[in-house]
Amino acid sequence: MAFYLATKEVWRNRGRYFLFSLVIALITTLVLFTAALAEGLASANREYLSKLDAQLIVFQKNVDLSANASQIGESLLTSIKRIEGVETVGAIGLSSATIILSSAQQSQQDVSLIGVEPGKPGLPPVLLGRNLKTTRAREVIIDQRIAQKFDINPGDNLTIKTIQGTDEKFFTLKVVGVTDGGQQYLFRPSIFVPYRTWDEIRSQPTPSIIKPDLIFNIVAVKISAGQDTSEVANRIQSGVKDIEVTDISTAIRALPGYTAQQNTLNTQQIFTLLIGVLVIGGFFQIQMLQKVPQIGVLKAIGVSNAIVAIATVLQIVLVTTFGVALGSVVTFTLAALIPSTVPIVFNGTLVAIATTALLLIGPLGGLVTVRLAVSVEPLIALGLSS
Amino acid sequence: MQPVLIAESVSKIYSNNGSSVRAVDNVSLDVKAGEFVALVGPSGSGKTTMLAVLASLLRPTLGHVRIDGYDLNDMNETERVRFRREKIGFTFQNNNLLPYLTVQENVEMMLKLNQKLDKEGRERARQLLVWLGLEDRLNALPNRLSGGQKQRVAIARSLIHNPSLVLADEPTANLDSERAYQVVKVFSDLIHEQNKAGIMVTHDLRLCVYVDKVIQMRDGKIEQVLTTRQEIDNFIACA
Repeated sequence: MAFYLATKEVWRNRGRYFLFSLVIALITTLVLFTAALAEGLASANREYLSKLDAQLIVFQKNVDLSANASQIGESLLTSIKRIEGVETVGAIGLSSATIILSSAQQSQQDVSLIGVEPGKPGLPPVLLGRNLKTTRAREVIIDQRIAQKFDINPGDNLTIKTIQGTDEKFFTLKVVGVTDGGQQYLFRPSIFVPYRTWDEIRSQPTPSIIKPDLIFNIVAVKISAGQDTSEVANRIQSGVKDIEVTDISTAIRALPGYTAQQNTLNTQQIFTLLIGVLVIGGFFQIQMLQKVPQIGVLKAIGVSNAIVAIATVLQIVLVTTFGVALGSVVTFTLAALIPSTVPIVFNGTLVAIATTALLLIGPLGGLVTVRLAVSVEPLIALGLSS
Repeated sequence: MQPVLIAESVSKIYSNNGSSVRAVDNVSLDVKAGEFVALVGPSGSGKTTMLAVLASLLRPTLGHVRIDGYDLNDMNETERVRFRREKIGFTFQNNNLLPYLTVQENVEMMLKLNQKLDKEGRERARQLLVWLGLEDRLNALPNRLSGGQKQRVAIARSLIHNPSLVLADEPTANLDSERAYQVVKVFSDLIHEQNKAGIMVTHDLRLCVYVDKVIQMRDGKIEQVLTTRQEIDNFIACA
């Protein structure tokens, strides 16, 4: 009976309910786009770190987990390796560079220049070609995005530009591999070179000279199987001086602007959902106020409170579900048309959470309406009140 | 014949801020099957409150109401809702019909509510509506009907589920005289034909021409009960 009444009313007033579904669709589009934008921005910032084949990251002490400020010498690397529970470590140097593309294209691409140790944590797996093998070769592995965007393949040469002192320096590197999947870091696609090559070609205040002790920014630590991550972290922290050990997610949160950006977008999403609750609640409340005499007649002729309440909830669920479905279709259609420069990424889990939240705000917003529907007295049908 | 409806010494007292008002004061009445009764009286005489008590929408402060032998005082709220659904048919002054159901659906709703809507029930609803002259309005929504047509649909709805008691609250209040007479005549014919107990609250004494008994109320009490045709006709003539 409840389903019958709910669907009949929605169908016979489909114009009005469709318009309201459009409002819910717009809210859905806004929430999904914000979620996709938050994920896209977060991904562009953290992608390399989040895909690291390691559980811990070591920073220099007192640098607030800033990878750029952190300086770790080669000697500390050996000390970290000796800690019980550490399987292997990989030094990582982080810098930036500019790829100079062929003159025909007349364009440049800013990238994160990352120095890694061949075969150690920090070196991403490759999809095409081979991985880095030696620590000194003028070889490079490039992010899949760059390979696709500029049609660069293993075997091609790549020219990069860095600043050393006050001079622009150009280096030619041989592309030996392409990473599998995106490896962005600090909103730039990444290219990977052996760490000694990195130390030589990276941007630095003075041209590179051979140093007795190589300096890296951070160290990726892979722990042995069966070891507790926090226990190993504590051991490293207490066993090695002047360092700070953290897990990957903490390191990601410490990325420049990451937390502030995510908090801003998440707040926007939450407020959009709250507005959704108010809009849906308001619409159904006004609808119900108009229907009070009808509800009174229904109750007088023997329709129970349960049927009235279920019919009200069903209507809210129907309209909300249609609106969310419509909004989702609109969002994904628009997303396909938006230029690739806009960093929107639809993460399945986040889309599911956002969609579930959107589906829940309908019944949540309609709770007051259900309460009102249940409280209507059948005496209203006779123009009386208890 | 045992009356379908028996009201014994019914009083309804409203209390507010220490003062109390006797809306219905020690009223007793009965209605037999096939009997159509008019409850008349000026505004504030307690007729609508009495109807609400008889309809199990209000609990009496004192007294008992029995319908088909069931004492309404013995029922909890859930049982009263079910009782109204099964045993009572209603026609109201306003907002009678659900605006999003067609004429046929509005009538069938009572059968659906009582889980008795089948092919035979649908046909019965259709025939009743045809009998009421609504054969070309079966699929119309209420907003396409005249006031008289709406009330005839409401009458069909009040009878379709075969209730023991049919109650009508000012069913002609929004109709012109001609349509009011038509509606009440139809109501009266159906109550007599289907052997139901019927009570109509009305302020229009001329409509009493179609009823079998007139109960006149004043200040919550029964002022007079007219049971013969002669008495009723004299009452109408003097009104």
